Amino acid sequence: MGLTLVLPLLIPLVTTLVLFAVRQRRRVISHGIAIIGATLTLLAAAVLLADVWTHGIRVIAIGRWPPPYGIVLVADLFSSALLVVSQLVSWATVVYATAWMDPDRERAGFYPLVFVLLVGVNGAFLTGDLFNLYVWFEVMLMASFVLLVLGVERGEVEGGIKYVSLNLLASTFFLSAAGILYGIAGTLNLADLSVVLPRLDPGIVTVIAMLFAVAFGIKAAVFPLFFWLPASYHTPPVPVSALFAGLLTKVGVYALIRVFTLLFVHDPGWTHRILLVCAASTMVTGVLGALAQQEVRRILSFHIVSQIGYMIFGLALLTPLGLSSSVYYLIHHIVVKTNLFLIGGLVERTGGSSRLANLGGLDRIHPWLGLIFLIPALSLAGIPPLSGFFAKLLVIRAGFAAGTYCAVAVAIVVSLLTLLSMLKIWNEAFWKEEGHAPSSSLQAKHSLRLVLPSVLLALVTILIGIAAEPVLTLSTEAAEQLLDNQAYRDAVLGARSAQVAYTFPGGGHA
Amino acid sequence: MEILFALMAGLLYGCGLYLLLRRSIVKVVVGLILLGNGTNLLIFTAGGLIRGRPPLVPPDATSVSPPYADPLPQALILTAIVISFGVLVFAVALVYRTYRALSTDDLDALITTDRLGEVPEAAHAPMIPAVVASETNREEG
Repeated sequence: MGLTLVLPLLIPLVTTLVLFAVRQRRRVISHGIAIIGATLTLLAAAVLLADVWTHGIRVIAIGRWPPPYGIVLVADLFSSALLVVSQLVSWATVVYATAWMDPDRERAGFYPLVFVLLVGVNGAFLTGDLFNLYVWFEVMLMASFVLLVLGVERGEVEGGIKYVSLNLLASTFFLSAAGILYGIAGTLNLADLSVVLPRLDPGIVTVIAMLFAVAFGIKAAVFPLFFWLPASYHTPPVPVSALFAGLLTKVGVYALIRVFTLLFVHDPGWTHRILLVCAASTMVTGVLGALAQQEVRRILSFHIVSQIGYMIFGLALLTPLGLSSSVYYLIHHIVVKTNLFLIGGLVERTGGSSRLANLGGLDRIHPWLGLIFLIPALSLAGIPPLSGFFAKLLVIRAGFAAGTYCAVAVAIVVSLLTLLSMLKIWNEAFWKEEGHAPSSSLQAKHSLRLVLPSVLLALVTILIGIAAEPVLTLSTEAAEQLLDNQAYRDAVLGARSAQVAYTFPGGGHA
Repeated sequence: MEILFALMAGLLYGCGLYLLLRRSIVKVVVGLILLGNGTNLLIFTAGGLIRGRPPLVPPDATSVSPPYADPLPQALILTAIVISFGVLVFAVALVYRTYRALSTDDLDALITTDRLGEVPEAAHAPMIPAVVASETNREEG
C-alpha cells in the first residue's frame, strides 16, 4: 500500500547515488541512467495519481510511528497531480540537457544534482508535516544553489548571491514560524494542526499565518518579494533555468495553497484579502517588467512572476471554483513555462544571441521552431483552444463569482499585455527581416533530443486545452479535497486508530 | 530564564537583520548565520524551558507525566543546525568564488544581471580563464 507513496522519492534518490557512482566514466552512460531514472519517476508519479484517484487520499507513516508523533507522507489529488506534471517537465528537461549541457558542468555533477532537486520537490509535495516541509525545501534549495552556480561565469555568481541570500532569509522566516507554531500548538503535523488551531487565539494564529505568507511568498515570488527571481533565473544554462522555472516557485505556491486551505482559514477576510492584493500586484508588476525587457529569457523570467499572481488569485478567493482554477493553472503553467524556456534556449542557440535586437529571420531557417514557440506562447497569453485559455477563464469566472471585479479587470488586462510581450519575441526573433543573419542551424546529431521534449510538451499543452474536460474534473475534485479538511484529517489521523497495538521500543504503550 | 532567551533571540535577529542590510557580502553571510542562530534559540524557547524533568517513562507508568522537557524542539534544532551548517559552508564558498570572479565584495557592484539592455554579453563571459582551468583540474584530481 505504501509503496506507491515512497517510490517517487526513492527512485530519484537511487538514481542520484548511481549517477554519483558513474560520474567519472563515459558521458553516454550517465545520460542513459538519467533518462531511465526520470522515466521511472514519471511512471511512479502516474501510478500514484491513479492510486489516489481510485482510493482517495493515501497516507503512510514512516517507521510505523503513528501520526501525529511520527512523520507521515500524504498524497491527495492536488499533490499527486502536481507530482505527475513536475515529473513530466523534469523528464523533458533531462532529455534536453543530455544534448545541451557542456561536459564541464556534467563532470561537476549536473545530473545527480537534478535528481537531488527532484527528491526535494517530490518530498515537499508529499510530506504531511510542517518541519519536514522545511527539510524538503532545504534539500531542494541546496541542489538549486549548486545548479545555479555550477559554471563560474560572472552572471551566474551574481545571480547566485541574490538567490541564495533571499532564499536563506525565507527559510529563516519559515523555521521561525514553525517554531512559534509548535510553541503554541504543540504539534507540527498538518492534519493535527488543523484540529488544534481553531481552538487557539486567532490573533497569534494570524501572526503566524503572515510569517508563513512571507516565507512562502519569497519562494513563490509574489509581489513585494519577487525581485530575486528575474535577477537570477536567466543566468544559468537553459536546462537549469527551465527546471527552475517549471518547479521551484510552484513548490512555494503549493505550500501557500496547502497552509492557507488547511491551517489558516480562521479569518479569510484578513489573511486572504492580503493574498488577493498581493496576487493582483504580482500580475501587474510581473508583466510590466516583462514588457520592459529586451532579452528572451529575461522576458520569460518576469512572466513567471506575473503568472504566479493568477494562481494566488484563485487561492485568495477560497471558493471551490477559485481553488480548482489554481490547480488547473498550476498544471498548465508548469508545462508551458518549462517549454518556453526550452524553446528560448533553441532560439538562443540558432540565433546566436539572446537579445531580441540581435535576433531575426529565424522562421526562414527553422519554420517549425516558430510554430512550437507560438503554441506555448499563445497558451501563456490565454488564446483558445490552448490550455492557458481555460486556466484564465476559470480564474476570471471564479473572480466574478466572488465579486472581486477589480482583480478580474487586472487579470484580463494582464493577459492582453502577456500576449503583447509574447508577440514581441515572435516579431523580433522570427519575423523581423534584418538583424544579424542566423549564425547556425541546429546540428543534426543533437537536434532530436533538443526538439523532441519541446514538441512533446507543446502537444501536452494542446491536449489539456482541447481535451480540457478530464483535467477540469481532476482540478475540481482536487479543489474539493483541499476544502474538505475533515477528509484530510480522517485520512491522516485515522491511520492512528488502524495501528492499535503499537508499543514503544522502551516497553511503554502508546 | 525565558525572558533572557527571548531577549537573546531578539538580539540575534536584530544584529542579523542589520548585517543583512550591509553592502559587504561577507557581512550578509555573517548576518544569515546570526539569524539562523536566533531562530534556533526561538524554537528552543517556544518549546518551553523545563529543567530537570527528562521525558522518561517511569517503570510503573505507561506515559510521561507533564511537565517534562519536550525533546522535539531539540530534535528540530539539531536538524536545523545541520542544514544551516551545510548551507553556510556553501554560502562561504560562493562568497569566495564571487570574490575571485569579480574582485569585489561590494553588493552594489553586483548589478549586471538586473540591468536592462546592454551589459549581458559581459555577464556571460567566463571569468579569468586561468582560474577556471586550475579549479576544474583540482576538482578532477
